[in-house]
Amino acid sequence: MNLQFIADGLIMGALIGLGAIGVTLTYSILRFANFAHGEFLAWGTYFTLALASGFGAMFGGSGTIGALSFGWPVLLAGLLAAVLTGLLALVLDRILFAKLRERGNAIVMVMASFGASMALRSLLEFLFTSEPAYFSRDIQIASPLGLGIRLTPDQVFLLGFTLVIVIVMERFMALSPTGRAMRAVSENPVLARVSGVDVDHVIRATWMIGGALACAAGVMLGITVQIRPFMGFDLLLPLFAAAILGGIGSVPGAVIGGLIVGVAEASAVQIVGADYRAAIAFLILIAVLLVKPSGLFGGRS
Amino acid sequence: MLDILAYAAFFLVTALTYGIICLGLNVQWGQTGLFNVGVAGFVAIGAYVSALLTTPETAGRFGGLGLPVWFGWIAAMVVSGAAAALIGAITLRLRADYLAITTFGIAIAIQLVALNAETVTGGPFGIGFIPRAFGGLEDRPIIFNLANLALVGAVTALLYYALERLVRSPWGRVLRAIREDEAAALSLGKNANLFRIQAFALGSAIMGLAGAVQAHFIGFIAPENYISTLTFQVWAMLIIGGSGNNRGALLGAVLVWGLWSVTGAMLAAFVPGEYQARAAALQIVLIGVALAALLVLRPRGLLGEEKMISRFLKG
Repeated sequence: MNLQFIADGLIMGALIGLGAIGVTLTYSILRFANFAHGEFLAWGTYFTLALASGFGAMFGGSGTIGALSFGWPVLLAGLLAAVLTGLLALVLDRILFAKLRERGNAIVMVMASFGASMALRSLLEFLFTSEPAYFSRDIQIASPLGLGIRLTPDQVFLLGFTLVIVIVMERFMALSPTGRAMRAVSENPVLARVSGVDVDHVIRATWMIGGALACAAGVMLGITVQIRPFMGFDLLLPLFAAAILGGIGSVPGAVIGGLIVGVAEASAVQIVGADYRAAIAFLILIAVLLVKPSGLFGGRS
Repeated sequence: MLDILAYAAFFLVTALTYGIICLGLNVQWGQTGLFNVGVAGFVAIGAYVSALLTTPETAGRFGGLGLPVWFGWIAAMVVSGAAAALIGAITLRLRADYLAITTFGIAIAIQLVALNAETVTGGPFGIGFIPRAFGGLEDRPIIFNLANLALVGAVTALLYYALERLVRSPWGRVLRAIREDEAAALSLGKNANLFRIQAFALGSAIMGLAGAVQAHFIGFIAPENYISTLTFQVWAMLIIGGSGNNRGALLGAVLVWGLWSVTGAMLAAFVPGEYQARAAALQIVLIGVALAALLVLRPRGLLGEEKMISRFLKG
């Protein structure tokens, strides 16, 4: 049996996990399921694409690094785009979610995020059309790693990159003052506020981190597959499934949930074919809600 | 002149089918506060169930039982309602947004089945030759459209009347009590979860009926009719018209569908062909912004929720 699908599933799972970190943080700290999160992935990727082609035009050359299909223009653009995506999330919060938060009805915020997601996605379609775009059209040679598994240099880089981000995020949540404040608000917002936690700062940090990681996940998807206005929307259900499977509020849980969803999707493609790939996340979601709604790593149900 | 009359009847039939979906959504959101992101999925279930039961036998496709249209309508309600009851039983005991996420998922799953289970749903090409109500009049569009308007108008009126009775009944009052203060309702011995499941199933059954009515009016269905844009349009209709208000639901449906049709026609007339897809995207942006702005600025919509205590008292 060819084990290639496990490797492919892990790559997909890694980027689902990165995106799910933002979902799980907004869900636990701001207390609503943000349907616009998929749009942060897509906007981050298009920000990166626009900036990278800008850099390419300004300084010439594609500047690829080693065996990778992309180089410093994409990396630098991705870094800037991560900040821009965080700012986009902040602006959306300022003009929309903050106003609804004051009224204290979480489900209206879910609805507003649904409307915002539709508007943001269609705006991308208006600006860039629904034609797929690519960071690079070069074909990469996959090198064999044994057991019949082959990975391209891009995929190896992305797996390593995810691992670094997850470790940094885990340490950040555990040790930094902001991370501790975020966990406090997630546990008990009222108690956190009376204990002197700056809740507004926590909210800003949550959006910035969620947006930046969504951008990273989107760029990974753009590098390994393609860039489309619907790329984030199509990933939204796997993101939710990963966040709930991992346990709402748990950063490592979101990533492990993402890996499970990714590998499950890839395995299902082997068994039933690619047609029903998108239904796997739904089945996982239903199974978690039936068996253990609080997810693998605690959290609230 | 007669063309305009035929078009007006056609427009109103379409708007009223959206109105029926809105009435269903109003039971779920307006009365009970349940957020359903899978409206398109439940409409699709109704449309496909009714189409499978009533179409003539087709080689290579399941179904095609050739049953009467009214039977298809009832089956559409039953299957959509049962699917919703099942989903509700799993998710309604959990956090409120889990229902949103699950219904979002079921709409995607149904879309996949519609696209890929070709032996049942016809795949991407959908199902044609669905028997149309008053199909014998098809070659006279004015009379055909007017007859359908009378039929769909009667269904809508009946449904409106029944729902108005229902929301003023003790059952309707329990729904609003749970929405406003669940702890108080529980302390009075009301099984909040059971009432929520009932309201969710009833609303989805109405959506299924709307799907069947639409399918039998157009005579053709395909998976692309039931994408998330439909869910989004219906939400915009209910919020703009005024959630919690059945007249608001119908008003919102006619208004938003009117706006959608007018802007669509203007795009087709004034925007050059190669930019039409882009301009159509802008149409959705505008409705999305309108929905979000309304939630912030005027959450009660045009009509707002009707205050009601009992059908015997005017509140």
